[in-house]
Amino acid sequence: MTVPATDPGRSRHAQYPGRKETAGLDKIRAFVDTEIAPFADAWDQAEQLPSELLTRIGELGLWAPFLPPDDGGSGMDWTGIGQVHEEIGRGCSSVRSFLTVHTMVTWTVQRWGSAEQQARWLPRLATGELIGAFCLTEPDSGSDAAAMGTVAQPADSGWILNGHKKWMTAGQVAGLLLVFARTEAGMSAFLVPADTPGVRISPLNAVMGTRASMLAEIVLREVHVGPDALIGPPGWAAGTVMTGALDLGRYSVACGCVGVVQACLDACVAYTSKRRVRDGRLSELQLIRRKISDMVVSSRAARLLCAEAGRLKDTDDPATIMATWVAKYHASTAATAAASDAVQIHGANGFVSDYPVARLYRDAKVAEIIEGSTELQQITIADEAYREVAR
Amino acid sequence: MSEDVRATIRDFITGNFPDLALKDDEDIFELGFVNSLFAMQLVMFIEKTFSLRVPNQELRLDSFRTIDSMAKLVERLSSDAQISTG
Repeated sequence: MTVPATDPGRSRHAQYPGRKETAGLDKIRAFVDTEIAPFADAWDQAEQLPSELLTRIGELGLWAPFLPPDDGGSGMDWTGIGQVHEEIGRGCSSVRSFLTVHTMVTWTVQRWGSAEQQARWLPRLATGELIGAFCLTEPDSGSDAAAMGTVAQPADSGWILNGHKKWMTAGQVAGLLLVFARTEAGMSAFLVPADTPGVRISPLNAVMGTRASMLAEIVLREVHVGPDALIGPPGWAAGTVMTGALDLGRYSVACGCVGVVQACLDACVAYTSKRRVRDGRLSELQLIRRKISDMVVSSRAARLLCAEAGRLKDTDDPATIMATWVAKYHASTAATAAASDAVQIHGANGFVSDYPVARLYRDAKVAEIIEGSTELQQITIADEAYREVAR
Repeated sequence: MSEDVRATIRDFITGNFPDLALKDDEDIFELGFVNSLFAMQLVMFIEKTFSLRVPNQELRLDSFRTIDSMAKLVERLSSDAQISTG
């Protein structure tokens, strides 16, 4: 029997009842296939993304499509954003990382910014003329954000910031920094133009994964910003700006990880269909087929969990917070498992840059650390389970 | 309206923390169960349930400190909305 050729990409999001692909996703998929995936390994080795690509993302309206048209977006819902970030993640996790932090910063301005802050920053964030960087983590405080050492003190006209931030995605090219700092009232958030005197940005190179995400270390020394730099509720950024932005970051990473699993699946099906072993092909070996089937199942499960988190975001349901933790936990661990199997399937070829799976393996691991480590997710999800039982 | 609002908020909190016996004037932050995740869920819950947007100037710990203060916040914002649309 001849099995008709199918293109699973055409129906990935539409194969479940009641679900459909967001409009224009076929064009984004083509963009990823022709302008991102073929170059991802070269960018990984060069440890940077070309400026032409960042411009191209702006031309396609992908920096902040969730903004309403009046602010330069297309009013895309979060379900659609998730599908876009999955596709970008399938091509290159470094590019997806750029979109993740840019989404977090831009959403913060849209959600918590004053009318003046929105008018000042959103048009350029929407086009990507200005790239945003999310500056929370420090050399000595990661998951424990409350331990941050960066401080903001009131000055005659505005604030003086001092501190040290590390691991800022897109930090090397960012024009606007969303900086979290301690104030007398508690944790607060500030919008700091990257060219403000006293801001020193240094690239972080030779990282293990998402090597082209242009990570930077940022030192703030006597950085004077105006009163209009403060964004969101003063003293309560932890429960509002930080948590809201990290929730979207977690969602973006989760969706990107679905793309990583899909990329592993695509690479392995292609490789094993051609690679000959003894009298047949790798694809005929049962132990290989088990790994392939695991990738199919984990990609579909992760995609559905992301879709559920997106649906809850689109209805402003507070349950989206936990749904996103669950989606990110499953998708990121599925991505590391799939990438590990993908390297194994490729054998020695999986260990070099001739095939994408080595990069996918390194990139997947980062997703288990950022926007909530696997261990934090396990604690948080288990806490929820005990609360559910007690209800 | 006030008691309905209080009951709705109380149900959401105790639905998430079933072992909690919470009085309407008790400081939820002092009780120690509110982390940043639940704080965000609380803001989202109030906005969605009562169809309003909490503006930045109202996003203070004091507005969310007790069931009473949250109910007052809802009433204040609801009446503002009625004035601006009426």
